[in-house]
Amino acid sequence: MSSEKKPYQKVAYYPGCALEGTGHAYNRSTKEVGKALGLELDEVNNWNCCGAMEVKNIDPKIQTYLSSRVMSIAANEMGHDVVMAPCNGCYHNLKKAEYDLKNDADSRQVVDRISSKAGHKTYEAGQVETIHALDWIKDGIGEEALRARIKNSLKGLKVANYYGCMYTRPRHIFPEKDQGEGSESTSQPHFMDDLLAAAGAENVDFPLKTACCGGAHTLSDSDTSTLLVLNILRAAEAAGADVIATECPTCHSGLEMHQVRAESKFGYTSNVKITYFTQLLGMALGLSAKKVGMHENISDSMALLKQKGIA
Amino acid sequence: MPIHEEHLIRPENLKTHEDLVIDGIDVSGHWSTFIESRVVTDYNEALEEEIAALPGGEFIHRCWQCGSCTNSCTVNAINPDFNPRYWIYLIRVGMESELLRDKDIIWQCVSCNKCTYACPRDVVPEGVMKATAHWLELKGHTPKSPSMLFDEEFSEQVIETGKIEEGRIIRGFFKRTGQPLMQDWLVEMAKRLVAKLPVTLLVKMGLASVLRPRTSGWSGARDAIQEYVDEKQAEQRKALRLDELVEIAKQEVKPGQQAAAE
Repeated sequence: MSSEKKPYQKVAYYPGCALEGTGHAYNRSTKEVGKALGLELDEVNNWNCCGAMEVKNIDPKIQTYLSSRVMSIAANEMGHDVVMAPCNGCYHNLKKAEYDLKNDADSRQVVDRISSKAGHKTYEAGQVETIHALDWIKDGIGEEALRARIKNSLKGLKVANYYGCMYTRPRHIFPEKDQGEGSESTSQPHFMDDLLAAAGAENVDFPLKTACCGGAHTLSDSDTSTLLVLNILRAAEAAGADVIATECPTCHSGLEMHQVRAESKFGYTSNVKITYFTQLLGMALGLSAKKVGMHENISDSMALLKQKGIA
Repeated sequence: MPIHEEHLIRPENLKTHEDLVIDGIDVSGHWSTFIESRVVTDYNEALEEEIAALPGGEFIHRCWQCGSCTNSCTVNAINPDFNPRYWIYLIRVGMESELLRDKDIIWQCVSCNKCTYACPRDVVPEGVMKATAHWLELKGHTPKSPSMLFDEEFSEQVIETGKIEEGRIIRGFFKRTGQPLMQDWLVEMAKRLVAKLPVTLLVKMGLASVLRPRTSGWSGARDAIQEYVDEKQAEQRKALRLDELVEIAKQEVKPGQQAAAE
């Protein structure tokens, strides 16, 4: 398995819409971590939105087209065979499009029809491999090499690793997962745990790793989302976590927003902090808090990081 | 067709006699509570086909009622009335009137895909929930849900420009749903955000909100997507016989109108 894995030294980078807005800190910390690790990112030219969790409810095949266009540009215009998407939504949608284009003739026909009218080459299944930022570092660098580069250990920091929904579900669109040793697990994902452990963090036993934050309805059904986020915050605190590490801009801003909302609507205050895993990793690699955008988070972890001797 | 499980034991089906004496024994009140018998006749035999004609509902026929979807459901854990297994059953047997009892909560599916992960028959229950919520709206049983209004705002921006801008989505959504933008918790969050974000980023985000990020050369894709969406929506209207229903409704309105005129 590992011998077939591509080296991820230079990959196409698909940041997606959220990383240009509320997920800005994730964008900049991902790029900084890449620089620090010598992994090169080549942003997809003139990319478009993947459709997130919304367009599929208007029509799923439009969503397939949107993702296929991004992969088509990466493969046909830029010559890449790997696309890295740090956002769970983008990552999920590219994976889903790959699956549908491989297995469903109707999807192929619709994508071909729209692609030719739009004036670009139709993406064909298998042209690129879509990976998440977690795969990128885990398989591109590995824990041992990462451990050797840690300048500022996260020792003493208790972390709950939160992966959300779209990174592992549904299983069939992630054929490389659940393949035994070295592969990611869809029921008990561990790539983020592995990377942060290599950076010195103490991962707590967190039962809600793949629970839902209600991100799809964060504005349309806010009370439900707040209840779901409250479950996650409380479980992380009960597990003894100082901080929840995230790997998705929607989950991250959902946790931050509803932590504030839980306070103002339900009078529930929680002390657990929320940071992107790339921010923690970046600081462990010796980057400043500012460089990884720690100050851009609504959830303020600076006092905690100072207390732990990390910042 | 069997009469359905738990649902005869609803408050309105319980009959309690306050004063009842049988064979000289007083069985008033609690002791004389009976479940009224009922025969269901209003099946909609086309219901499963209609749901299957909408995106996401295609595989509903595979369900064998194991209940893994409801057991794993995120929303069910906070609202026991949210029961995908049960709704799939009602749709398959055509019990439309029973399904309509829950019409106001079906849209609350958060698309976490735990059901789709757990389902041993590839029903894709998450898709069935979306198709059912959509069906309720198309048939006029419910107004468009906040979730659908959000999806429409979002999708229209993507189709038009190739990208979205979050501030614009939020403003557009609150406008569509008639809610004030100044929700106290949103204001609180914006305050915390503005206090922290670097000025250059705030300026950039403000500009993006006005100028709108766009994918260049998008018009070909935009037109092709719109054409496809229009075709699909016409197909769906046909599958649900919406135009026929509109005609029938017009016919039914006429006698009433005449009476009113007289």
